[in-house]
Amino acid sequence: MRINVRVNGVPSEADCWEGESLLFALREKLGFPGSKNACEQGECGSCSVLLDGVLVCACLVLAAQADGHDVTTIEGLGTEEELHPVQAAFVETGAVQCGFCTPGLVVAAADLLERVSDPSDDEIREALSGNLCRCTGYVKIFEAVRLAASRGAGA
Amino acid sequence: MTVVLTPGKLGVGRVGDRALRSDGTPKVQGQFAFASDMIAPGMLWGHTVRSPHAHAEIVEIDISEAVAMPGVHAVLTHADVPGAKTYGLEFADQPVLAIDRVRYYGEAVALVAAEHPEQARRAAELVKVTYRELVPVTDMERALESAPLHAGKPTAGHGYREDDRPNVVRHVVIRHGDPDVEGDVTVTGTYELGIQDQAFLGPESGLAVPDGEGGIDIYAATQWLHVDRRQIAPCLNLPEQQVRLHLAGVGGAFGGREDLSMQIHAALLALHTNRPVKIVYNREESFFGHVHRHPARIWAEHRATREGRIVCVKMRILLDGGAYASSSTAVAANAASFAIGPYAVANALLEATAVYTNNPPCGAMRGFGAVQTCFAAEAQMDKLADLLGIDPIELRLLNAAAPGDVLPTGQRIEGSFPVAATIRAAAALEPPAPEPLPRDPLRLPGGAGNTTRGEGVKRGIGFAVGFKNIMFSEGFDDSTAARVQLFADGSAEVHCASAEVGQGVSDVILQVARTELGTDLVRLAPQTTATVGSGGSTSASRQTWMAASAVRDACRAAIERRDAGDAEVDVEIVYRHAETTPLDPETGQITGDRAHVAFSVCAMKVVAEVDVELGLTRIVWIGAAQDVGRAINPLAAEGQVQGGAAQGMGLAVMEEIQTRNGLITNASFTDYLIPTALDMPAMDVVLVEDPDPAGPFGAKGIGEPPTVTATAAVASALRAASGQPLTRVPVTPEALIGLSR
Ligand code: FES
Ligand code: FES
Repeated sequence: MRINVRVNGVPSEADCWEGESLLFALREKLGFPGSKNACEQGECGSCSVLLDGVLVCACLVLAAQADGHDVTTIEGLGTEEELHPVQAAFVETGAVQCGFCTPGLVVAAADLLERVSDPSDDEIREALSGNLCRCTGYVKIFEAVRLAASRGAGA
Repeated sequence: MTVVLTPGKLGVGRVGDRALRSDGTPKVQGQFAFASDMIAPGMLWGHTVRSPHAHAEIVEIDISEAVAMPGVHAVLTHADVPGAKTYGLEFADQPVLAIDRVRYYGEAVALVAAEHPEQARRAAELVKVTYRELVPVTDMERALESAPLHAGKPTAGHGYREDDRPNVVRHVVIRHGDPDVEGDVTVTGTYELGIQDQAFLGPESGLAVPDGEGGIDIYAATQWLHVDRRQIAPCLNLPEQQVRLHLAGVGGAFGGREDLSMQIHAALLALHTNRPVKIVYNREESFFGHVHRHPARIWAEHRATREGRIVCVKMRILLDGGAYASSSTAVAANAASFAIGPYAVANALLEATAVYTNNPPCGAMRGFGAVQTCFAAEAQMDKLADLLGIDPIELRLLNAAAPGDVLPTGQRIEGSFPVAATIRAAAALEPPAPEPLPRDPLRLPGGAGNTTRGEGVKRGIGFAVGFKNIMFSEGFDDSTAARVQLFADGSAEVHCASAEVGQGVSDVILQVARTELGTDLVRLAPQTTATVGSGGSTSASRQTWMAASAVRDACRAAIERRDAGDAEVDVEIVYRHAETTPLDPETGQITGDRAHVAFSVCAMKVVAEVDVELGLTRIVWIGAAQDVGRAINPLAAEGQVQGGAAQGMGLAVMEEIQTRNGLITNASFTDYLIPTALDMPAMDVVLVEDPDPAGPFGAKGIGEPPTVTATAAVASALRAASGQPLTRVPVTPEALIGLSR
C-alpha cells in the first residue's frame, strides 16, 4: 500500500507492506535512518519521534497509521548549520558515547522542554525513563537537559 | 558499489583537555551511520534459523519449501560453508552453522536471504529442521561429571594445566606462599552471580558486499576488525586480502562484539547470491547473537590476624562458559589472578575452572572475570571487618597493595598502582544527607509503584575497591598499528584500526595526534583492515594505552621524516607493550617478569535504601574514585566511570538472563531489565592521577574497573541497609527480606 506522510515538514511517499512499522518505513523507505531500532518493542525509546506533535515510539506505530499525518524525526531538529539547543547541550556535556540512544533521547528531551521549560531533576528522570542508554549511566544526559533548559530551550 | 560511512569530523583539543567528541554532532543530528543503517543498491536481507533446543542432534534439514518462497534468493546450511566449518576467538570450536548437533538455545542452523526482511523471516520459519533432543547439561558443577559436550578436548594442549574431568575449558591454579598458614580469625562464604548481558543498544548488524572478483567487503560493528578477518577468511575459503572489514558505526560493545555474530553469515549469503546482504538482529535475537558474562559460583576463605592483616586467601571459582569456548580461558585466568583484590597477601590458593555446558555461551564482558571475584572478595572484606570490629575502609587500607608488593602470581607490581590513594579518594567523598520524609515516591524504594511512604525504609552505606589488568596478558603478542600521513598543506591523516565502539578512542587518537603534530588539522581515516595493520582488540581497557602509544610513536616517526626533508610523509609503526609470559600451568606463577602489564584500580562508596518489608531498593548515590594514570580526556573518563558504574549496579540489583533447561526465558528489554533514568543514582566522580611511567603521557585504560567495583559496592550498601548477607547477585526482594540468600 502507498502511504503519504509529512516528515519534518516535507511530504513524502512510500510503498509499504501492511505489517511495516513507521520506524521501518522511516529508516528503510523514506530515507530517515536517524531514528534507531534497539528493541522494536516499545521498550527502549531509541525510535522516539513526534507524531502530530505527540511523542511516540515509531516501532509501535504502523506505517499505515501515519498515513496523512505529520512526523518529526531527529533529522527535523536543528539545522545543518545550527543545532537545536538540546542537541548542542548533549555534545557539550559529553552526554553522547556510542550515540545509539541519542536520537531518541534528544527527541524526548526536546519534547519535555517544550512542555516544561524548567523541569526538576525528578521530572527529567521520569520523562526520560522510557529511553534506555547503556553507555553513559545517564548522569551527563541529565546535565545536558539542565543545560538546555537553562538556555531557554523550551521557551 | 559504494556504501556511505559517516565521514570523520575535525574536532579540537589536545592531551588533557575536556575535548568534545568529534562524532558528537553527527550523532545528535541522527546523521551518524550505525551498522544497522548501512544500505547498498540491490541489497538483500539475511535472516538466521536458530535452534529451539539447548541440546539436540540434527537429524535432517529440509530447505525445499523455504527456497521455493517468492523473494527468496538463498537458503544455506553447514554444507554450503566453503572453507573451515568452525571458528572461534581462541579455539575454533564453534560451527559457522550447526553441523550435526546444537549445543545451545538460539544456535545458528541455517541462513536465508530474501528481498524483504519479512520474506526472509517467513522463509526461515519454513526451514524444517528435524532434531533428536538430548538432555542438556545446565549445571556447571554437574558438567564436570557429565558426558563431554565436545569431541576431544578443544582447549587441551595449549600450555594449560592438564585436567581429566570432562567439559573443562580451563582450570587455573595459583599457589602462592603457604596456603596452609592459619590466622587468628577465619571468614568463609559462598557467592553466586547470575548471567549478565552486555545489552548494548545497537543490535548486531552489518552489510556484506561482494566485490565482483570473488572477494568481499564487510561493514560491521565489531571490537577488532583484524581478528574478525582472521576468523572469517578461512571459513569463506578466501585469502585474507580478499576479505576487507570496515567498521560501521558501533552502538556499544562491552565485550559482546569480540566474538563474531553475523559477519560470516552475511558474507556467505552475499557471495552465494552475488548481491549485498544486510543482517540486522532484533533484540531477542541479540540475546542469542553474542556471548554473555560468565555466571559464577565462588567459595572463599579469608584468614587474618586479630589486627586485620590478611595472611591467606583461598578461593575456588567455577565459571559457566556455556556451549563454546569463546574467551573463557582468559576469563578463568583473570578471575584467579585478581581474586583477592588489590591487597598484599603472602599466601593464597586460588582456583578457577571454566566449564562447557548447554547454557548460553559466555565470554567477554566489561570486567572479564574480575567482576565475579571482586563481588566475593569484597563481601569477604566486609565480613572480616565486621568480625574484627575494624572500620571496613581501614581494613582495606591496612591490606592495600603498593608498587613493589607481589601479586599472588608472583609478579612484582611496577608502575602506577595507587590503591591506598584511590581508596582514600573515594572514602573522602561526602554522601548526600538522608532526605526527609515525606518525599515524592520516585525518591523511595518502589518508585512510581508508590509502595511506601518511608516506613520500613532503611539506609546503608557500602564500600568496595577492585582492580583489573589493562591490555592482554599471559604472553599474548599484543600490538597496535598506527599510520600517519603528513601533507604539504600542513594537515595530517591518521589511520588506526582500533575500533571506536562509543568509548571515545577516536578522540584519544585525535588528541594525541594534535598534541604530537602541533596542529588541529588532523583527520582520522575510517577504521578498516584495508589501509592499516591491526589495532588490536577494543577490550581489556587497552585502547587508550595502546592506540595513544602507537599514534604518538607514528607521529614522532613522521615528524622525523619530515624534518629529514620529505615533503609528503606516510609512515606506519607497530606498538607493543612490555612483554608478558604465560603462567606456569602447575603453580600459576609467572614464568618471566610478568603475566600482566599494568593495572587500574577503582573504589566506590555507595548509599542505598532498602524497604525491608517489601525487599525493594533504591540506589541513592555512588561516589567513585578511579585511578587513571593521567586523564587524556577527563570528560570522556568521567563518562566511562559513570557508564561502568551503571552496568555494575545493574548486575547487583536487576540484570540476569533467566534460563529454564538452558532456554532463555527473558530475551527482551521487557524482561531483561537494565538501569533506566529512574534507577540511576546521582554520582560524584574523582579521577586519581598517578601517571604510569610506561603509559602514553602517563595514561592508563579505565573502561572496566568501574564495572568491577560497582557490583560489589552496591551489594555492600544493600547489605548495610538490609542487614541480610546477600551472597548472590542480582539481589532479589526475597533475599532482602531474609527469605533466600
Ligand atoms: S525501537 Fe522502538 S522503543 Fe525500542
Ligand atoms: S550512548 Fe550508547 S546507548 Fe546511550
